[in-house]
Amino acid sequence: MSTTEIERQWTTRLRHRAAGKLPPEKLLPDTQPSYVSSWIYVFGVATLSSLILVIVTGCLLALRGPSWWHGSFIGHFVNSLHLWSVEVFFFAMVVHLWGKFFMGAWRGGRTATWMTGVVTFLASLLTAFTGYVSQSNFDSQWISTQAKDGINATGGGAYFNVLNMGQMLMWHIVLLPLAAIVLTALHVILVRVKGVVPPYDDDATAVTTPEGATK
Amino acid sequence: MSTKKFRPDVDAPVYKGGYSPYDIIKEGTIAIVVVGILVVLLAVVFGSPDEPAITIKKWSNAAPIDFATTALSELNGTSISASYGAPYNHNGPGQQLGPLALARWVGVRIPINSADDFVIDPLQSQPNNPALKSSLTAWETASASTRTTWVANYTKVAGHMTFTNGNVVVPAANAGPVPVMINDLTHMARTGALDTALLSGNGFYTTDYTKPLLFIADGSYLGDLAQKQHMLGNQWGMMNETGSYPGQPWLWLYTFWYQVPPMNSSSNGDIEVFAIMILLTLVLFFLPLIPGLRAIPRKVRLYRVIWREHYRDA
Repeated sequence: MSTTEIERQWTTRLRHRAAGKLPPEKLLPDTQPSYVSSWIYVFGVATLSSLILVIVTGCLLALRGPSWWHGSFIGHFVNSLHLWSVEVFFFAMVVHLWGKFFMGAWRGGRTATWMTGVVTFLASLLTAFTGYVSQSNFDSQWISTQAKDGINATGGGAYFNVLNMGQMLMWHIVLLPLAAIVLTALHVILVRVKGVVPPYDDDATAVTTPEGATK
Repeated sequence: MSTKKFRPDVDAPVYKGGYSPYDIIKEGTIAIVVVGILVVLLAVVFGSPDEPAITIKKWSNAAPIDFATTALSELNGTSISASYGAPYNHNGPGQQLGPLALARWVGVRIPINSADDFVIDPLQSQPNNPALKSSLTAWETASASTRTTWVANYTKVAGHMTFTNGNVVVPAANAGPVPVMINDLTHMARTGALDTALLSGNGFYTTDYTKPLLFIADGSYLGDLAQKQHMLGNQWGMMNETGSYPGQPWLWLYTFWYQVPPMNSSSNGDIEVFAIMILLTLVLFFLPLIPGLRAIPRKVRLYRVIWREHYRDA
Protein backbone atom coordinates (compact mmCIF):
# COMPACT_ATOMS: atom_id res chain seq x y z
CA MET A 1 0.00 0.00 0.00
CA SER A 2 1.41 3.35 -1.02
CA THR A 3 1.73 6.37 1.27
CA THR A 4 -0.70 8.25 -0.95
CA GLU A 5 -3.24 5.49 -0.59
CA ILE A 6 -2.91 5.59 3.19
CA GLU A 7 -3.28 9.35 3.21
CA ARG A 8 -6.52 9.01 1.27
CA GLN A 9 -8.08 6.64 3.82
CA TRP A 10 -11.10 8.01 5.66
CA THR A 11 -9.49 7.09 8.97
CA THR A 12 -6.26 8.94 8.16
CA ARG A 13 -8.14 11.98 6.95
CA LEU A 14 -10.32 12.06 10.05
CA ARG A 15 -7.26 11.74 12.31
CA HIS A 16 -5.48 14.58 10.54
CA ARG A 17 -8.58 16.74 10.67
CA ALA A 18 -9.19 16.04 14.36
CA ALA A 19 -5.54 16.57 15.27
CA GLY A 20 -5.52 19.82 13.30
CA LYS A 21 -8.67 21.16 14.92
CA LEU A 22 -7.97 19.92 18.40
CA PRO A 23 -4.30 19.14 19.06
CA PRO A 24 -3.49 17.76 22.53
CA GLU A 25 -2.29 21.16 23.79
CA LYS A 26 -5.71 22.61 23.01
CA LEU A 27 -7.66 19.68 24.43
CA LEU A 28 -5.68 19.65 27.66
CA PRO A 29 -4.05 23.10 27.88
CA ASP A 30 -1.47 23.92 30.51
CA THR A 31 -1.79 27.67 30.06
CA GLN A 32 -4.71 30.03 29.49
CA PRO A 33 -4.91 33.68 28.45
CA SER A 34 -4.57 35.79 31.57
CA TYR A 35 -8.09 37.18 31.23
CA VAL A 36 -9.44 33.73 32.11
CA SER A 37 -9.23 34.56 35.80
CA SER A 38 -12.74 35.80 36.56
CA TRP A 39 -15.06 34.11 39.08
CA ILE A 40 -17.54 33.61 36.24
CA TYR A 41 -15.50 30.74 34.83
CA VAL A 42 -16.14 28.78 38.02
CA PHE A 43 -19.76 28.22 36.98
CA GLY A 44 -18.88 26.44 33.74
CA VAL A 45 -16.64 24.05 35.66
CA ALA A 46 -19.30 23.70 38.40
CA THR A 47 -21.90 22.83 35.74
CA LEU A 48 -19.71 20.04 34.41
CA SER A 49 -18.86 18.79 37.89
CA SER A 50 -22.48 18.67 39.02
CA LEU A 51 -23.46 16.96 35.75
CA ILE A 52 -20.98 14.21 36.58
CA LEU A 53 -22.56 13.89 40.04
CA VAL A 54 -26.06 13.83 38.50
CA ILE A 55 -24.99 10.95 36.25
CA VAL A 56 -23.23 9.03 39.05
CA THR A 57 -26.15 9.35 41.49
CA GLY A 58 -28.61 8.50 38.71
CA CYS A 59 -26.63 5.35 37.94
CA LEU A 60 -26.69 4.43 41.65
CA LEU A 61 -30.48 4.80 41.66
CA ALA A 62 -30.68 2.66 38.53
CA LEU A 63 -28.80 -0.18 40.21
CA ARG A 64 -31.77 -1.10 42.41
CA GLY A 65 -34.62 0.07 40.19
CA PRO A 66 -37.22 2.81 40.26
CA SER A 67 -39.00 1.73 43.48
CA TRP A 68 -35.93 1.26 45.65
CA TRP A 69 -35.67 4.79 46.94
CA HIS A 70 -39.25 4.84 48.25
CA GLY A 71 -38.66 2.18 50.88
CA SER A 72 -34.96 2.31 51.65
CA PHE A 73 -33.09 4.81 53.81
CA ILE A 74 -30.00 4.50 51.64
CA GLY A 75 -32.08 4.69 48.48
CA HIS A 76 -33.79 7.83 49.71
CA PHE A 77 -30.41 9.39 50.54
CA VAL A 78 -29.12 8.59 47.06
CA ASN A 79 -32.27 10.20 45.68
CA SER A 80 -31.52 13.28 47.80
CA LEU A 81 -28.00 13.38 46.35
CA HIS A 82 -29.48 13.10 42.87
CA LEU A 83 -31.98 15.90 43.53
CA TRP A 84 -29.42 18.32 44.95
CA SER A 85 -26.92 17.51 42.20
CA VAL A 86 -29.62 18.55 39.75
CA GLU A 87 -30.40 21.74 41.67
CA VAL A 88 -26.71 22.72 41.80
CA PHE A 89 -26.32 21.76 38.13
CA PHE A 90 -29.11 24.08 37.01
CA PHE A 91 -28.01 26.91 39.29
CA ALA A 92 -24.48 26.72 37.92
CA MET A 93 -25.68 26.36 34.33
CA VAL A 94 -28.04 29.33 34.50
CA VAL A 95 -25.34 31.58 35.99
CA HIS A 96 -22.94 30.24 33.33
CA LEU A 97 -25.47 31.07 30.60
CA TRP A 98 -26.07 34.62 31.85
CA GLY A 99 -22.35 35.11 32.32
CA LYS A 100 -21.68 34.04 28.75
CA PHE A 101 -24.42 36.37 27.53
CA PHE A 102 -22.90 39.39 29.24
CA MET A 103 -19.47 38.37 27.93
CA GLY A 104 -20.80 38.19 24.35
CA ALA A 105 -19.33 34.70 24.25
CA TRP A 106 -20.47 34.05 20.67
CA ARG A 107 -17.96 36.54 19.26
CA GLY A 108 -15.04 35.41 17.15
CA GLY A 109 -16.72 32.48 15.40
CA ARG A 110 -18.21 30.98 18.53
CA THR A 111 -21.85 30.99 17.41
CA ALA A 112 -21.98 27.18 17.35
CA THR A 113 -20.59 27.09 20.88
CA TRP A 114 -23.43 29.34 22.04
CA MET A 115 -26.05 27.32 20.14
CA THR A 116 -24.89 23.95 21.47
CA GLY A 117 -25.00 25.46 24.95
CA VAL A 118 -28.62 26.56 24.46
CA VAL A 119 -29.66 23.15 23.12
CA THR A 120 -27.86 21.46 26.02
CA PHE A 121 -29.84 23.65 28.39
CA LEU A 122 -33.10 22.60 26.70
CA ALA A 123 -32.14 18.92 26.79
CA SER A 124 -31.33 19.30 30.48
CA LEU A 125 -34.71 20.92 31.16
CA LEU A 126 -36.47 18.03 29.51
CA THR A 127 -34.32 15.48 31.33
CA ALA A 128 -35.16 17.03 34.69
CA PHE A 129 -38.85 17.27 33.80
CA THR A 130 -39.06 13.58 32.85
CA GLY A 131 -37.36 12.80 36.15
CA TYR A 132 -40.05 14.66 38.05
CA VAL A 133 -42.89 12.86 36.25
CA SER A 134 -41.34 9.39 36.57
CA GLN A 135 -40.47 9.39 40.27
CA SER A 136 -43.77 7.59 41.03
CA ASN A 137 -45.10 9.64 43.93
CA PHE A 138 -47.57 12.49 44.49
CA ASP A 139 -45.28 15.00 42.76
CA SER A 140 -45.18 12.94 39.61
CA GLN A 141 -48.96 12.43 39.68
CA TRP A 142 -49.67 16.13 39.95
CA ILE A 143 -46.95 17.43 37.66
CA SER A 144 -47.75 14.91 34.92
CA THR A 145 -51.51 15.52 35.00
CA GLN A 146 -50.89 19.27 34.78
CA ALA A 147 -48.14 19.11 32.18
CA LYS A 148 -50.12 16.88 29.84
CA ASP A 149 -52.33 19.81 28.81
CA GLY A 150 -49.41 21.90 27.60
CA ILE A 151 -47.84 19.08 25.63
CA ASN A 152 -51.18 17.82 24.30
CA ALA A 153 -51.97 21.33 23.04
CA THR A 154 -48.95 21.16 20.74
CA GLY A 155 -49.93 17.76 19.38
CA GLY A 156 -46.82 16.27 20.96
CA GLY A 157 -48.77 14.55 23.70
CA ALA A 158 -49.95 11.97 21.21
CA TYR A 159 -46.41 10.60 21.05
CA PHE A 160 -44.80 11.94 24.25
CA ASN A 161 -47.31 10.75 26.87
CA VAL A 162 -46.32 12.23 30.23
CA LEU A 163 -48.87 9.98 31.97
CA ASN A 164 -47.01 6.88 30.76
CA MET A 165 -44.49 6.40 33.54
CA GLY A 166 -42.55 3.73 31.66
CA GLN A 167 -42.08 5.95 28.62
CA MET A 168 -41.04 8.92 30.75
CA LEU A 169 -38.59 6.82 32.77
CA MET A 170 -36.91 5.53 29.60
CA TRP A 171 -36.60 9.06 28.24
CA HIS A 172 -35.24 10.17 31.62
CA ILE A 173 -32.59 7.50 32.04
CA VAL A 174 -31.62 6.67 28.44
CA LEU A 175 -32.55 9.03 25.62
CA LEU A 176 -32.31 12.47 27.19
CA PRO A 177 -29.17 11.85 29.29
CA LEU A 178 -27.52 10.50 26.14
CA ALA A 179 -28.51 13.68 24.30
CA ALA A 180 -27.39 15.90 27.17
CA ILE A 181 -24.03 14.13 27.48
CA VAL A 182 -23.33 14.20 23.72
CA LEU A 183 -24.33 17.87 23.51
CA THR A 184 -22.22 18.75 26.54
CA ALA A 185 -19.23 16.95 25.02
CA LEU A 186 -19.75 18.80 21.74
CA HIS A 187 -20.05 22.10 23.60
CA VAL A 188 -16.85 21.50 25.57
CA ILE A 189 -14.98 20.41 22.43
CA LEU A 190 -16.06 23.61 20.69
CA VAL A 191 -14.86 25.63 23.68
CA ARG A 192 -11.49 23.90 23.46
CA VAL A 193 -11.28 24.27 19.65
CA LYS A 194 -12.31 27.93 19.56
CA GLY A 195 -10.74 28.96 22.85
CA VAL A 196 -12.21 31.21 25.51
CA VAL A 197 -13.65 34.42 24.10
CA PRO A 198 -11.40 37.46 24.67
CA PRO A 199 -12.74 40.55 26.45
CA TYR A 200 -14.34 43.38 24.47
CA ASP A 201 -11.86 45.90 23.18
CA ASP A 202 -13.23 49.36 22.32
CA ASP A 203 -10.16 50.11 20.24
CA ALA A 204 -10.17 46.93 18.17
CA THR A 205 -10.15 47.51 14.43
CA ALA A 206 -9.03 44.19 12.99
CA VAL A 207 -10.98 41.01 12.61
CA THR A 208 -9.24 38.05 14.15
CA THR A 209 -9.57 34.32 13.85
CA PRO A 210 -10.78 32.45 16.93
CA GLU A 211 -7.35 30.92 17.33
CA GLY A 212 -6.14 34.40 18.24
CA ALA A 213 -7.66 33.88 21.66
CA THR A 214 -5.51 30.95 22.53
CA LYS A 215 -1.87 30.23 22.54
CA MET B 1 -5.91 37.73 9.48
CA SER B 2 -8.72 39.41 7.61
CA THR B 3 -8.78 43.12 6.89
CA LYS B 4 -12.56 43.39 7.08
CA LYS B 5 -14.11 46.07 9.23
CA PHE B 6 -14.27 45.02 12.85
CA ARG B 7 -17.80 44.23 14.06
CA PRO B 8 -17.68 44.48 17.85
CA ASP B 9 -20.71 42.22 18.44
CA VAL B 10 -19.54 39.54 16.04
CA ASP B 11 -15.75 39.60 15.98
CA ALA B 12 -13.32 39.05 18.81
CA PRO B 13 -10.23 41.25 19.19
CA VAL B 14 -6.76 39.84 18.84
CA TYR B 15 -5.48 38.99 22.29
CA LYS B 16 -1.92 40.18 22.70
CA GLY B 17 -1.62 39.78 26.46
CA GLY B 18 0.05 37.17 28.56
CA TYR B 19 -0.73 33.61 29.50
CA SER B 20 -1.01 32.06 32.93
CA PRO B 21 -0.43 28.47 34.09
CA TYR B 22 -3.63 26.44 34.01
CA ASP B 23 -3.97 22.90 35.37
CA ILE B 24 -7.29 21.80 33.88
CA ILE B 25 -7.21 18.33 35.46
CA LYS B 26 -6.45 19.69 38.93
CA GLU B 27 -9.14 22.34 38.59
CA GLY B 28 -11.71 19.77 37.46
CA THR B 29 -10.85 17.40 40.29
CA ILE B 30 -11.12 20.15 42.90
CA ALA B 31 -14.45 21.27 41.41
CA ILE B 32 -15.92 17.78 41.61
CA VAL B 33 -14.79 17.42 45.22
CA VAL B 34 -16.15 20.83 46.26
CA VAL B 35 -19.47 20.37 44.44
CA GLY B 36 -19.67 16.82 45.82
CA ILE B 37 -19.25 18.08 49.41
CA LEU B 38 -21.88 20.76 48.79
CA VAL B 39 -24.33 18.20 47.39
CA VAL B 40 -23.76 15.79 50.31
CA LEU B 41 -24.33 18.62 52.80
CA LEU B 42 -27.55 19.69 51.05
CA ALA B 43 -28.77 16.08 50.91
CA VAL B 44 -28.01 15.48 54.61
CA VAL B 45 -29.57 18.74 55.78
CA PHE B 46 -32.61 18.94 53.51
CA GLY B 47 -33.16 15.40 52.13
CA SER B 48 -35.75 15.09 49.37
CA PRO B 49 -39.55 14.96 49.23
CA ASP B 50 -41.42 11.71 48.65
CA GLU B 51 -45.11 12.24 49.32
CA PRO B 52 -46.73 8.86 48.51
CA ALA B 53 -48.84 8.66 45.39
CA ILE B 54 -52.56 8.71 46.01
CA THR B 55 -54.58 5.72 44.88
CA ILE B 56 -58.17 5.50 43.77
CA LYS B 57 -58.72 3.44 46.91
CA LYS B 58 -57.40 6.25 49.08
CA TRP B 59 -59.37 8.87 47.15
CA SER B 60 -62.69 6.99 47.31
CA ASN B 61 -62.31 6.31 51.02
CA ALA B 62 -61.31 9.87 51.87
CA ALA B 63 -63.85 11.56 49.59
CA PRO B 64 -66.50 9.06 48.42
CA ILE B 65 -68.91 11.74 47.23
CA ASP B 66 -66.19 13.36 45.09
CA PHE B 67 -65.35 9.95 43.69
CA ALA B 68 -68.97 9.06 42.91
CA THR B 69 -69.61 12.47 41.37
CA THR B 70 -66.52 12.07 39.21
CA ALA B 71 -67.67 8.61 38.12
CA LEU B 72 -71.00 10.15 37.14
CA SER B 73 -69.18 12.84 35.14
CA GLU B 74 -67.42 10.08 33.20
CA LEU B 75 -70.81 8.59 32.38
CA ASN B 76 -72.56 11.83 31.45
CA GLY B 77 -69.59 13.13 29.48
CA THR B 78 -68.90 16.24 31.54
CA SER B 79 -65.53 15.22 33.03
CA ILE B 80 -62.32 16.78 31.75
CA SER B 81 -61.26 13.50 30.16
CA ALA B 82 -64.66 12.81 28.64
CA SER B 83 -64.74 16.19 26.88
CA TYR B 84 -61.00 16.56 26.25
CA GLY B 85 -60.59 16.05 22.54
CA ALA B 86 -57.31 14.93 20.97
CA PRO B 87 -55.24 12.92 21.72
CA TYR B 88 -57.85 11.07 23.85
CA ASN B 89 -61.14 11.39 21.94
CA HIS B 90 -63.14 13.54 19.53
CA ASN B 91 -65.38 15.05 22.20
CA GLY B 92 -63.71 18.45 22.47
CA PRO B 93 -62.28 21.02 20.08
CA GLY B 94 -58.82 21.01 21.68
CA GLN B 95 -56.70 24.10 21.95
CA GLN B 96 -55.96 26.32 18.98
CA LEU B 97 -53.45 29.03 18.21
CA GLY B 98 -55.29 31.12 15.68
CA PRO B 99 -55.97 28.77 12.77
CA LEU B 100 -53.50 26.18 14.11
CA ALA B 101 -55.28 23.23 15.74
CA LEU B 102 -52.17 21.11 16.22
CA ALA B 103 -53.66 18.55 18.61
CA ARG B 104 -56.69 17.98 16.40
CA TRP B 105 -54.52 17.62 13.33
CA VAL B 106 -52.42 14.94 15.00
CA GLY B 107 -55.62 13.18 16.01
CA VAL B 108 -56.68 10.61 18.61
CA ARG B 109 -53.63 8.51 19.41
CA ILE B 110 -54.39 7.47 23.00
CA PRO B 111 -58.08 6.53 22.77
CA ILE B 112 -60.06 7.12 25.97
CA ASN B 113 -63.79 6.44 26.23
CA SER B 114 -64.47 7.71 29.72
CA ALA B 115 -67.76 5.88 30.27
CA ASP B 116 -66.43 2.52 29.07
CA ASP B 117 -62.83 2.78 30.30
CA PHE B 118 -63.51 4.22 33.74
CA VAL B 119 -66.96 2.82 34.62
CA ILE B 120 -68.44 0.06 32.46
CA ASP B 121 -65.36 -2.07 31.72
CA PRO B 122 -64.11 -2.10 35.35
CA LEU B 123 -67.61 -3.04 36.58
CA GLN B 124 -67.74 -5.90 34.09
CA SER B 125 -64.63 -7.35 35.69
CA GLN B 126 -66.47 -7.74 39.01
CA PRO B 127 -67.44 -11.38 39.68
CA ASN B 128 -70.37 -12.87 41.63
CA ASN B 129 -72.62 -9.85 41.80
CA PRO B 130 -76.03 -10.70 40.27
CA ALA B 131 -77.53 -7.24 40.90
CA LEU B 132 -74.60 -5.56 39.17
CA LYS B 133 -74.67 -8.08 36.32
CA SER B 134 -78.35 -7.39 35.80
CA SER B 135 -77.72 -3.63 35.82
CA LEU B 136 -74.92 -3.92 33.30
CA THR B 137 -77.10 -6.06 31.04
CA ALA B 138 -79.81 -3.40 31.24
CA TRP B 139 -77.25 -0.73 30.35
CA GLU B 140 -75.82 -2.64 27.43
CA THR B 141 -79.17 -3.53 25.93
CA ALA B 142 -80.65 -0.03 26.33
CA SER B 143 -80.70 2.41 23.46
CA ALA B 144 -78.39 5.39 23.49
CA SER B 145 -81.27 7.75 24.18
CA THR B 146 -82.48 5.65 27.13
CA ARG B 147 -78.97 5.65 28.60
CA THR B 148 -78.82 9.40 28.18
CA THR B 149 -82.16 9.78 29.96
CA TRP B 150 -81.07 7.57 32.86
CA VAL B 151 -77.81 9.44 33.31
CA ALA B 152 -79.53 12.81 32.99
CA ASN B 153 -82.12 11.85 35.63
CA TYR B 154 -79.38 10.68 37.98
CA THR B 155 -77.42 13.86 37.36
CA LYS B 156 -80.47 15.94 38.37
CA VAL B 157 -80.54 14.39 41.86
CA ALA B 158 -76.78 13.98 42.25
CA GLY B 159 -76.58 17.30 44.07
CA HIS B 160 -78.36 15.61 47.00
CA MET B 161 -75.97 12.66 47.00
CA THR B 162 -74.92 11.33 50.42
CA PHE B 163 -72.65 8.56 51.51
CA THR B 164 -74.54 6.60 54.14
CA ASN B 165 -73.56 3.28 55.75
CA GLY B 166 -71.01 2.61 53.04
CA ASN B 167 -73.37 3.32 50.16
CA VAL B 168 -73.85 6.13 47.69
CA VAL B 169 -77.41 7.32 48.20
CA VAL B 170 -79.40 9.66 45.97
CA PRO B 171 -83.11 10.55 45.98
CA ALA B 172 -85.26 8.29 43.84
CA ALA B 173 -85.05 9.06 40.15
CA ASN B 174 -85.91 7.25 36.98
CA ALA B 175 -82.23 6.43 36.45
CA GLY B 176 -82.39 2.75 35.51
CA PRO B 177 -79.21 0.88 36.44
CA VAL B 178 -77.13 4.01 37.04
CA PRO B 179 -77.54 4.13 40.88
CA VAL B 180 -76.36 0.52 41.16
CA MET B 181 -73.45 1.15 38.80
CA ILE B 182 -72.24 4.25 40.62
CA ASN B 183 -72.63 2.62 44.02
CA ASP B 184 -70.87 -0.59 42.98
CA LEU B 185 -68.05 1.31 41.29
CA THR B 186 -67.58 3.22 44.56
CA HIS B 187 -67.50 -0.07 46.49
CA MET B 188 -65.02 -1.43 43.98
CA ALA B 189 -62.84 1.67 44.30
CA ARG B 190 -62.86 1.56 48.11
CA THR B 191 -61.49 -2.00 48.10
CA GLY B 192 -58.66 -1.11 45.72
CA ALA B 193 -60.01 -3.25 42.92
CA LEU B 194 -60.49 -0.29 40.60
CA ASP B 195 -56.81 0.66 40.83
CA THR B 196 -55.98 -2.77 39.44
CA ALA B 197 -58.82 -2.86 36.90
CA LEU B 198 -57.69 0.38 35.24
CA LEU B 199 -54.22 -1.04 34.72
CA SER B 200 -55.10 -4.57 33.69
CA GLY B 201 -56.16 -3.43 30.23
CA ASN B 202 -52.48 -3.43 29.32
CA GLY B 203 -51.84 -7.00 30.44
CA PHE B 204 -49.98 -8.44 33.42
CA TYR B 205 -47.00 -6.11 33.22
CA THR B 206 -47.64 -2.43 32.81
CA THR B 207 -45.89 0.87 33.31
CA ASP B 208 -48.61 2.99 31.71
CA TYR B 209 -50.74 4.90 34.21
CA THR B 210 -52.61 7.03 31.69
CA LYS B 211 -56.11 5.81 32.62
CA PRO B 212 -55.92 5.94 36.42
CA LEU B 213 -54.14 9.31 36.29
CA LEU B 214 -56.77 10.80 33.99
CA PHE B 215 -59.54 9.44 36.22
CA ILE B 216 -57.94 10.74 39.44
CA ALA B 217 -57.26 14.13 37.84
CA ASP B 218 -60.93 14.40 36.84
CA GLY B 219 -61.89 14.52 40.53
CA SER B 220 -61.35 17.34 43.01
CA TYR B 221 -59.38 15.31 45.57
CA LEU B 222 -56.01 15.46 43.77
CA GLY B 223 -56.36 19.21 43.16
CA ASP B 224 -57.38 19.84 46.78
CA LEU B 225 -54.23 18.10 48.00
CA ALA B 226 -52.12 19.97 45.44
CA GLN B 227 -53.59 23.28 46.56
CA LYS B 228 -52.46 22.58 50.14
CA GLN B 229 -48.96 21.99 48.73
CA HIS B 230 -49.11 25.26 46.74
CA MET B 231 -48.93 23.38 43.46
CA LEU B 232 -51.94 24.69 41.55
CA GLY B 233 -51.37 26.39 38.24
CA ASN B 234 -52.17 29.82 39.71
CA GLN B 235 -49.71 29.05 42.51
CA TRP B 236 -46.80 28.62 40.06
CA GLY B 237 -47.57 24.92 40.41
CA MET B 238 -45.57 23.45 37.53
CA MET B 239 -42.26 24.44 39.09
CA ASN B 240 -43.13 23.52 42.69
CA GLU B 241 -42.98 20.20 44.47
CA THR B 242 -44.31 18.96 47.79
CA GLY B 243 -42.80 20.34 50.96
CA SER B 244 -40.34 23.20 51.21
CA TYR B 245 -38.14 22.19 48.31
CA PRO B 246 -37.00 24.29 45.37
CA GLY B 247 -38.70 22.11 42.74
CA GLN B 248 -37.92 23.19 39.20
CA PRO B 249 -37.18 26.93 39.49
CA TRP B 250 -35.62 26.80 36.02
CA LEU B 251 -39.21 26.60 34.71
CA TRP B 252 -40.03 30.01 36.19
CA LEU B 253 -40.45 31.76 32.87
CA TYR B 254 -42.71 29.03 31.50
CA THR B 255 -44.83 29.13 34.67
CA PHE B 256 -44.82 32.93 34.72
CA TRP B 257 -46.89 33.17 31.54
CA TYR B 258 -49.70 31.19 33.18
CA GLN B 259 -50.01 33.91 35.83
CA VAL B 260 -50.65 36.82 33.45
CA PRO B 261 -53.52 37.75 31.11
CA PRO B 262 -54.69 36.60 28.70
CA MET B 263 -53.10 33.19 29.28
CA ASN B 264 -54.32 32.87 32.87
CA SER B 265 -57.94 32.77 31.73
CA SER B 266 -57.70 31.71 28.09
CA SER B 267 -59.18 28.41 26.95
CA ASN B 268 -56.12 28.21 24.69
CA GLY B 269 -53.71 29.21 27.45
CA ASP B 270 -51.44 26.15 27.15
CA ILE B 271 -50.76 26.52 23.44
CA GLU B 272 -50.33 30.29 23.85
CA VAL B 273 -47.71 29.78 26.58
CA PHE B 274 -45.98 27.13 24.49
CA ALA B 275 -45.91 29.45 21.50
CA ILE B 276 -44.35 32.25 23.56
CA MET B 277 -41.73 29.90 24.98
CA ILE B 278 -40.86 28.44 21.59
CA LEU B 279 -40.44 31.97 20.22
CA LEU B 280 -38.26 33.04 23.16
CA THR B 281 -36.21 29.85 22.85
CA LEU B 282 -35.58 30.55 19.17
CA VAL B 283 -34.51 34.09 20.07
CA LEU B 284 -32.09 32.70 22.64
CA PHE B 285 -30.75 30.14 20.16
CA PHE B 286 -30.23 32.62 17.33
CA LEU B 287 -29.19 35.50 19.60
CA PRO B 288 -25.65 35.72 18.16
CA LEU B 289 -27.24 36.43 14.76
CA ILE B 290 -29.77 39.06 15.86
CA PRO B 291 -28.52 42.65 15.53
CA GLY B 292 -29.54 44.79 18.46
CA LEU B 293 -29.98 41.92 20.89
CA ARG B 294 -26.40 40.74 20.44
CA ALA B 295 -25.22 44.29 21.18
CA ILE B 296 -26.86 44.33 24.63
CA PRO B 297 -23.88 42.91 26.57
CA ARG B 298 -21.50 45.39 24.93
CA LYS B 299 -23.76 48.29 25.81
CA VAL B 300 -24.62 47.09 29.32
CA ARG B 301 -20.89 46.79 30.00
CA LEU B 302 -21.26 44.23 32.74
CA TYR B 303 -18.25 42.60 31.11
CA ARG B 304 -16.16 45.32 32.73
CA VAL B 305 -17.02 43.73 36.08
CA ILE B 306 -16.55 40.17 34.85
CA TRP B 307 -13.10 40.92 33.39
CA ARG B 308 -12.25 43.68 35.84
CA GLU B 309 -8.73 42.32 36.46
CA HIS B 310 -8.03 42.29 32.76
CA TYR B 311 -9.18 45.89 32.30
CA ARG B 312 -7.39 47.02 35.46
CA ASP B 313 -4.11 45.51 34.25
CA ALA B 314 -4.56 46.74 30.67
